[in-house]
Amino acid sequence: MGAMVAIVDYGAGNLTSVVKALRRLGRRCVVSCDPEIVGLAENWIIPGVGNFKATSPLANGNLGQVLRNGIADGRSLLGICLGLQWLFEGSTEAEDLRGVGAFPGVCQRFPHHVKSPHVGWDSITFRGPSRLLAGIPSGAYVYFTHSYRAPVCDNTVATCTYEEPFTAVAEHGSLFGVQFHPEKSGDIGMQILENFCAL
Amino acid sequence: MPCETLAKRIIACLDVSVGRVVKGIQFEQLRDAGDPADLAAAHSAAGADEIVLLDITATAELPNTLLDTVRCTANQLFIPFTVGGGIRSLDDAAAVLDCGADKVAINSAAIADPGLITRVAERYGSQAVVVAIDAHQKTPTSWEVYVWGGRKPTGIDALEWAVRAEQLGAGEILLTSMDRDGTKAGFDCALTRTIAKRLRIPVIASGGAGEPHHFVQVFEEGAADAALAASVFHFGLKSVETIKLALRDAGIPVRLAC
Repeated sequence: MGAMVAIVDYGAGNLTSVVKALRRLGRRCVVSCDPEIVGLAENWIIPGVGNFKATSPLANGNLGQVLRNGIADGRSLLGICLGLQWLFEGSTEAEDLRGVGAFPGVCQRFPHHVKSPHVGWDSITFRGPSRLLAGIPSGAYVYFTHSYRAPVCDNTVATCTYEEPFTAVAEHGSLFGVQFHPEKSGDIGMQILENFCAL
Repeated sequence: MPCETLAKRIIACLDVSVGRVVKGIQFEQLRDAGDPADLAAAHSAAGADEIVLLDITATAELPNTLLDTVRCTANQLFIPFTVGGGIRSLDDAAAVLDCGADKVAINSAAIADPGLITRVAERYGSQAVVVAIDAHQKTPTSWEVYVWGGRKPTGIDALEWAVRAEQLGAGEILLTSMDRDGTKAGFDCALTRTIAKRLRIPVIASGGAGEPHHFVQVFEEGAADAALAASVFHFGLKSVETIKLALRDAGIPVRLAC
């Protein structure tokens, strides 16, 4: 069964599909917004869709503090979509809120002349070694749906290009973020979730 | 526009009634085509990029059988899954999304109550809201929106409605040509292009798929972001892979199995 995964429920969207994917992989998981329960799990997943404002429950209070302390201590964490963006410094979508700042840069909206949101299957290009992407071929297609994107930084291990390159996967030690939805990306996505759980 | 790698999506649609997949031409002569969960999983394994499940049972309330069907189908799917048909309220949308759907398709209810689009988008995000439009050609360059499964004209122009739906918070438009639906004569590229070129959100073309080259046409001439078909997949007439290979050969980006 392996380590317990806590799926952090801070009220941003539907967590059903992430739970379903982990169950399919035979992984133990708990969905919780309780800082004590979250703190007891070995691995954390921070999902989330929608506006950066939705991360406000993580900005202050005990839950956010537990997560930030865990990140500082090298706890294993995977941010998905908005969860990835929260690991950066912030987003122009909600400038009064700060992200964790574990990855450098601020998330910005796609320019107005491109179709947005960026919805659908797009390919990711590797640019560095990655534990999260072990066994996945560069160029693999994964499912995105987002209007804001994180810049490419030193921690970017895979990019996607929509008008210009953005961070598709960021990784530093045990801290991981993916802009796409592995729980919706078929076999490739399941392999990525398995890689995270098996760390 | 340099969006080179974003794949054009091929979406398999399951029309369901009382828990079974059915298919007929313009709602006539419905044939049983199988179990929704099994068919959805088979389409996913065959390379479909998304699954749309539409309940075509005309009932006053969300059918109980639909929620069971959604739950069973979602449990077997790890690709995007949209559910429509009979969603009339935020509660209906919530029930379907809680059963594991990723998006809801809202059709007649959005015409009757446009604010529903905004309410679902504010609660679940625009990415969860697909506004389905059934359009019937009025003039060579205009189309009218029909509701109630294509039985009732609204007098509303399809382009105007699509623009409004985007403003209200729709994340995608599922655009069905009533004139082409079930004919296998090809998508209505003029309709699709008229709407896709005006919107920032993706447009899914529907109605008329019969041959692989129809998909090439709707992406090249119709400027569609995705194309949906039902019967071409159910009876094995053309596999998803055959269609995707035709698209690739035409230089259109698609997601192929590794």
